[in-house]
Amino acid sequence: MENALIAPAKYFFLFMPTVIFSILIPLMGVAVFAYIMAIRMAPLVKAAPDSRADRIPQRIYNVVKVWLGQYRQPRYMLAGVVHIVIFAGFLILSIRSCSLVVMGIFENFVMPGFGGLLGDMYNFLKDYAATAVLIACAIAAFRRAVVKPARYAVPTKYGKDHTVEALFVLGLISTLMISESLFEASSVAANTQVGLHAEFLAPLSLAWLFKQGLLSTSVDTLQTLHIAAYYIHDLTFFFFLCFLPLGKHFHVITSLFNVFFMRIDKGTIKPVQHGIKDEELDDLESFGVKRLEDFTWKHILDFYSCADCGRCSDNCPANTVGRPLSPRFISIKGRDLVFKNYPIYPYGTPFKKSEDLIGSIYDEDEIWSCTTCGACEQECPIGIEYIDKIVDLRRGMVDEGMVPQSLQKPLRALEKRGNPWGKMEKKRADWTKDLPEDVTVKDLAKEPAEALYFVDSITSYDDRMQAIGQATTAILSRAGADVGILGKQEKDSGNEIRRFGEEMLFQTMKEMNTDAILNSGAKHIITADPHAYNALKNDYQGLPPVEHISQFIARNVKSGALRLTGANGDSKVYTYHDPCYLGRHNDVYDDPRAALDAIAGLKRVEMERCRDRSFCCGGGGLMLFYEPEEDQRMGVLRVEMAAAAGANVIVTACPFCLVNMEDAIKVAGLEGKMEAIDLAELIAKHMA
Amino acid sequence: MADIYAYITHTAGVADDSALELVAAAKKIDANAAVTAIVIGSGADVDKVADAVAASYAKVLKFNLDALAYPNAEVVRKLLVNVLSADAIVLVSNDTFGMDLGPGLSIKLDSTFVADVVGIEGVDGTALKVIRQEYSGMVSTHVTADITNGAVINLRPGAFAPDESQSAGGSVEDRSGDAGDLTVKRTFLEVVEAEVGDVDITKSDVLVSVGRGIEDEENIEVAQELADAMGAVVSCSRPIVDAKWLEKSRQVGTSGQTVKPKVYLACGISGSFQHMGGIKGAPFIVAINKNVKAPIFQVADVGIEADILDFLPELTDAIKES
Amino acid sequence: MEILVCVKRVPDTAENEIEVNRDGSDIERDDLVYSVNEWDNYAVEEAILIRDKVGGSVTVITVGDDESEEVLRREMAMGADNGLLLCDDAFEGSDGKGVASLLKAAVDKGKYDLILTGAQADGGAAQVGGMLAAMLDYPYASLVNKIEVDGDTLKVGREIEGGNQEMNAIQLPCVLSIQTGINEPRYVGIRGIRKVASVEIPQQGAADLGVDAASVGADGARVKRLDYFVPEMGEGAEMLEGSTEEIVAKLIELLKAKGGLK
Repeated sequence: MENALIAPAKYFFLFMPTVIFSILIPLMGVAVFAYIMAIRMAPLVKAAPDSRADRIPQRIYNVVKVWLGQYRQPRYMLAGVVHIVIFAGFLILSIRSCSLVVMGIFENFVMPGFGGLLGDMYNFLKDYAATAVLIACAIAAFRRAVVKPARYAVPTKYGKDHTVEALFVLGLISTLMISESLFEASSVAANTQVGLHAEFLAPLSLAWLFKQGLLSTSVDTLQTLHIAAYYIHDLTFFFFLCFLPLGKHFHVITSLFNVFFMRIDKGTIKPVQHGIKDEELDDLESFGVKRLEDFTWKHILDFYSCADCGRCSDNCPANTVGRPLSPRFISIKGRDLVFKNYPIYPYGTPFKKSEDLIGSIYDEDEIWSCTTCGACEQECPIGIEYIDKIVDLRRGMVDEGMVPQSLQKPLRALEKRGNPWGKMEKKRADWTKDLPEDVTVKDLAKEPAEALYFVDSITSYDDRMQAIGQATTAILSRAGADVGILGKQEKDSGNEIRRFGEEMLFQTMKEMNTDAILNSGAKHIITADPHAYNALKNDYQGLPPVEHISQFIARNVKSGALRLTGANGDSKVYTYHDPCYLGRHNDVYDDPRAALDAIAGLKRVEMERCRDRSFCCGGGGLMLFYEPEEDQRMGVLRVEMAAAAGANVIVTACPFCLVNMEDAIKVAGLEGKMEAIDLAELIAKHMA
Repeated sequence: MADIYAYITHTAGVADDSALELVAAAKKIDANAAVTAIVIGSGADVDKVADAVAASYAKVLKFNLDALAYPNAEVVRKLLVNVLSADAIVLVSNDTFGMDLGPGLSIKLDSTFVADVVGIEGVDGTALKVIRQEYSGMVSTHVTADITNGAVINLRPGAFAPDESQSAGGSVEDRSGDAGDLTVKRTFLEVVEAEVGDVDITKSDVLVSVGRGIEDEENIEVAQELADAMGAVVSCSRPIVDAKWLEKSRQVGTSGQTVKPKVYLACGISGSFQHMGGIKGAPFIVAINKNVKAPIFQVADVGIEADILDFLPELTDAIKES
Repeated sequence: MEILVCVKRVPDTAENEIEVNRDGSDIERDDLVYSVNEWDNYAVEEAILIRDKVGGSVTVITVGDDESEEVLRREMAMGADNGLLLCDDAFEGSDGKGVASLLKAAVDKGKYDLILTGAQADGGAAQVGGMLAAMLDYPYASLVNKIEVDGDTLKVGREIEGGNQEMNAIQLPCVLSIQTGINEPRYVGIRGIRKVASVEIPQQGAADLGVDAASVGADGARVKRLDYFVPEMGEGAEMLEGSTEEIVAKLIELLKAKGGLK
């Protein structure tokens, strides 16, 4: 094919064949990139093991959905769509950019398979893609520089603002788009001027617009423009490649892997060390994460992958109420430390010896502030994990004895008595004394039963929460379930013990409960406490199937075994608050709602933050004992959200949520205007 | 019966309330005892205190020396060993000074130490029978102590009704010359005053005092609202200060402030003796607690069995209305 | 600095409701759980902090039965270097002076610069530290809530009335009884205890210590506990009964009468 302009592969600049640059730029670019990547790999190699090579089909599915499909991006609509445009544009244009690099050496190079119709279609598409990316960059830059959404802000304690880097990269992308289009447009404009065959440019695309503007420009100028655009593109392309691993745009490279290796199971906590069985834990020298390399390689990959989008912290209840935790900066501080300890420049700088993380980049209060609600992980568009990191850091602190005094007391009580209040074991079943006469619950230590009701500590001992136990038993009994409890044999499920990093104490609880449950001979387990539900279902092994009372209710209402009376125009407006350990961690969203809707005439509204966007009530288990620094209570915010939704009754399905909500109603001064009730209590009230 | 001595603590020229309690306790050991008070210190204050306690004690031994400017227990112990007879019975108030002094003194006198006594039942031969408390006051015990070789008896402040008869008409003897060698290996440096808070709870006639029953830092507000409605001040027990929910200056008790209000509302306070030790002047005490077994109900004038988080807002509203 | 910390295994009153048994001879022990005396735990933490700053070692010692070994182990899991259990049938029933004389015998066999005790324990007597100091002729300070090491002298703060702090200079070797709140004791988990589970803890009896068995234990005790009882309730408070509104109304009336309300 004949062209009016000389291609970069043939061009001479002051007697120098430019093809030299076409060869040197990629060579140097790739060499520098390889060097940087080798250094970046070092901490991954030195990091703790992680088992992530299982369930490949599921992982490929995740890649297609979360990475390629950008599934989580539209949760923030504008930013999400802008990102999808840039992401899609990048994918499309990467082929073009690679071709361009080779074309600098071999003028007529065509990417294999892109010769015929496909190539034409591709060219058409990529013109629009480049245009769309440029527009998206402009919107993104406007948002960054002018709109400045709050979630991008960097509080001073976390260091410098990231806007400059973001704008710089948007500039690089725009440069790529413009130079690519100019390179093409200059050639087409020249060919059109001299009457040669000209490539068809997609109408109104960037390249087309440039071409229209260049039709009257002299061929000499076009030649210069053509060569300049090419090398600007070439340089920018390789500069960008080497720039990516230096900051938050590393995610362009790592996100694919991060999504592939992202966690699959819900509600679980990583083992203390992958490859070490529970019974071998005693042999470990050290527990948890104390220094950088104690993190698993996936968790360091998480640090690399954080795009600094701020969605995690924007949804983090701890961050919202002013606790000293912002998950985004768990990642960013981690990444900054990796970069500092594994320096790229100057060449040959030795890696730094790691220091204790707590007290240097992370603070004790920061790590204790997390309620493990999971909102951050739910939101992260590329599958970064936080709960496991927090738990690992807590394990490290527990191992070093760094536990706040407020938590030491309940932990000691759990060790001695199996409940955080240190109440006597023999009183664990005292709540059954107040059951109505027609409601029976067996003592599994004395007689067997088909089903086990696992009560857990708060429902067993807290005066107010015992009502949940009584309501649950009444429902089970009315539905005809043959049910018993473990009584003093039951210990705390340990859901929070584990999540607060006291793994060995959790293991003790788990062993005692497992023995008691298996010895009881119960065929299935029911609980009204989502924390117990989560622990038994996800942390324990070899137990009979576990069901939450909301699932039991939904199932038995459907089958007709439970019949409910109507709301009888009680003129109340109900809203359902999703407990973290029922919803986000176990995907039980519909059953509690179905149970509520089975009460005929009950008026129910949804809060803006519902289902997987639910806002944590303040946390359960040991979190009740922790005294965080905070500006306000999570529960108060949640109660205000319910009020904003027009509700005057908050229904929840977790004793801890109920504790926090009832407290919050008092603190918010909404007594008499708002009430909180457990789902089991409400259903028990409406049993026909 | 051996001689009975009482060690008098004093500040700024005034004897501590315990001075009258010790003489009352001595009478329970031996109704006819001629009790000797020991007053130690330096300067005019000592003379003042010695003269004052002479009204209640048969005899007062006064030691007025520069070396006794601050009554460090080590120095006092040395002095007492120098001047007391071997089988003396020494009564000491079980305050922070008495706890420093008593146990070591008993060893040096080779006598018997009887700790933190809340009641004296009498002497049977050489056996003194007393009442003590264990497990933070949850149970009491009867204890016998062999006082053949004398005894050092630490008496809980406030446990004995003061003998205010002032009928002893005793004499003061200046025994400064007998003090002997007082060099010790512990020296007093200074007293670091507790930080002064935003309010002075010792000046308030009405205190709304909160304890463990408040459950959470945010709930302090509930008590503050009641206090505002009553024109009172919020004070608290030790756990609240330990939790850093209120400043140390708000704490009532032996390790906190001593208060003399007219009315004391104990809200969710169990009523340990350390706490009650900070309440003087026999105020009208109202106890609000959901645990009817709480010891506070023993010392309160009026008791209400209720959760303070429910009850206090009701009371606040009613007061605002009236 | 070589530091000895005297500790005691006691029923955990925070987690227990202490009740007297039927004949008043003892408290009801069936459902009790035991742990290290809270004050002692602060003393051990303080000893570890001092050791970590100036070097030396921390030894924890207790007078008790075989079961008392568990509290020594817990304190060693915290970071104490050595444990020593004074255990002999002859020690049973010792009064405060008896315990102090056993500890003195153990101190004489070792070489300690600083001896710490908790300010008090379950019996509430707060006596052993002061007695031990007098027996050793060491200076003593009780209710210590601050320690600064300055060569062979310590600067110590004592918690005194009014929330004030009395500062003293005290020469080593000395005995101090430690008040709660002086520090924040570190956490010891099951894992920590298991790590020291196999450490041999030496035991010493009357013969090892060279004490006359007759001078300690119940025989040597000049102070003896006769019984436990729950004190007769005094008159107590007049309980206000009725609905909340009625109680509130009565209370307001009373408060007005007593000058609590204008």
